[in-house]
Amino acid sequence: MIIEVISPGMLTTVQDLGRYGYGPLGVSPAGAADPIALRFGNRMAGNPENAAALEMTLLGGTFGFPEGAVVALTGADFDASIPLWTPVHLDPGATLKVGGSKTGARCYLCVRGGIQAPLFLGSASTHILTGLGGRQIRRGDKLQIEANAISDPIQLPRPDYLRKILRVTRGPQKFGEDALNIFCSSTYTVTEDSNRMGLRLQGPAIEAPHGGQMISEGVSLGAIQIPSGGQPIILFVDQQTTGGYPKIANVITADLPSVGQLRPRDEIRFELIDARTARRLLRERNLP
Amino acid sequence: MRFIEASDQSLLVEFEGGISLQAHHQVVRLLRALEAHRLAGVRNLHPAYCSVLVVFDPLITEPERLTAEIRAIDIEHVPLPSPRTIEIPVHYDGPDLSDVAAYHGITPQRVVELHSSAVYIVYFLGFVPGFAYMGGLPGEIATPRRESPRKQVPAGSVGIAGTQTGVYPFATPGGWQLIGHTTLDMFRPDRREMNLLSIGDQVRFLPA
Repeated sequence: MIIEVISPGMLTTVQDLGRYGYGPLGVSPAGAADPIALRFGNRMAGNPENAAALEMTLLGGTFGFPEGAVVALTGADFDASIPLWTPVHLDPGATLKVGGSKTGARCYLCVRGGIQAPLFLGSASTHILTGLGGRQIRRGDKLQIEANAISDPIQLPRPDYLRKILRVTRGPQKFGEDALNIFCSSTYTVTEDSNRMGLRLQGPAIEAPHGGQMISEGVSLGAIQIPSGGQPIILFVDQQTTGGYPKIANVITADLPSVGQLRPRDEIRFELIDARTARRLLRERNLP
Repeated sequence: MRFIEASDQSLLVEFEGGISLQAHHQVVRLLRALEAHRLAGVRNLHPAYCSVLVVFDPLITEPERLTAEIRAIDIEHVPLPSPRTIEIPVHYDGPDLSDVAAYHGITPQRVVELHSSAVYIVYFLGFVPGFAYMGGLPGEIATPRRESPRKQVPAGSVGIAGTQTGVYPFATPGGWQLIGHTTLDMFRPDRREMNLLSIGDQVRFLPA
């Protein structure tokens, strides 16, 4: 069975839950920007949570299913020819149209059986900057559907997890009280110059300690670095593995899927909590 | 060793000594030990000049436990691998070669002589796959980064920044001063050893 790409949308890539363990080679995890949407989509389609799916960004694509398929479209509220967050049976010859996003940035087309994609270091995820793991989907691509389903399609309740007030823990560098006060009390706007590597924010400038000078070190997913100029950058799934800018804070693991749904001009704020509380929030996150 | 919680899922282990061989050897020892011990819940390791970021699954372990487990490792007795020496042929034709020469008041030829006379150490791989941060650049050609980074640096470009040198494995944005290029592939996913250079390697650049 195959999917024919009639139009690819603005930026569509194959993603799974990412590749971990290759930091010593400089390889970043990549993977779905909103892993909750991917996991739910896969489960509703009867797949393992880590099955490869299509991640669409802001404007979706049009896909033909000459032999039909069972799919689940999850993530942000895109205009689509099928309902989101539910398994859908497509007849042979069906066409699925995914339009623009009404809220949020990304949606996931999970296909029962999974999308066949060569694994690079154990993952099908596309790292856009280097082209490792694949490239952007193009018009005319024919994607093979695998036979890796593990259970029947199932309806799950739509999880409620998206936030515009991101909870953060302190970063590894010590910033002044003034800097932390500005950071925690201001509204920042996501700029157009944002992508899977990082989200560049605009708002009140923050002063980095020691004039921003530091020795490069490993950077965590969701680290918020302050380059010269003082405008924060949230490092995201296609991130560089090391960096030389001071980091004032780090988005908590439980709120990282929300970062994947931010889009240009969204306004966000930060709430500082301690790491122990952050881990408790992750454990207690009540997902079905 | 100093332990800093970098996030709710990562622990930064930092060594004394800044950018130095001594700190580098500690990083390599810790990295080798963590690769051999496979502590429960550790998902990824990001080595750098004088630190290793240990990324963990917060549903499996927690920083207090990891700190104790890492402290219990006798890293002083982890043997250092004997360094390989890798030679990289370079065409010294980079767009910033004359700027670097002018910055130091020397000729481009002298920049080439100095750059190709040193033996460099790969401190770590970072930034993008296969990008080796090499230290040991002669002080006479140590040059700050460009004031505004280039939007795209061609793959294979040889650059310098401060007392570091490196080769861009992929076409990426970059702020280093470009003095030449190599046709060797720094990273190839279809090669058994994907990265040409590994942490701890010694490197020489040869004028091509």
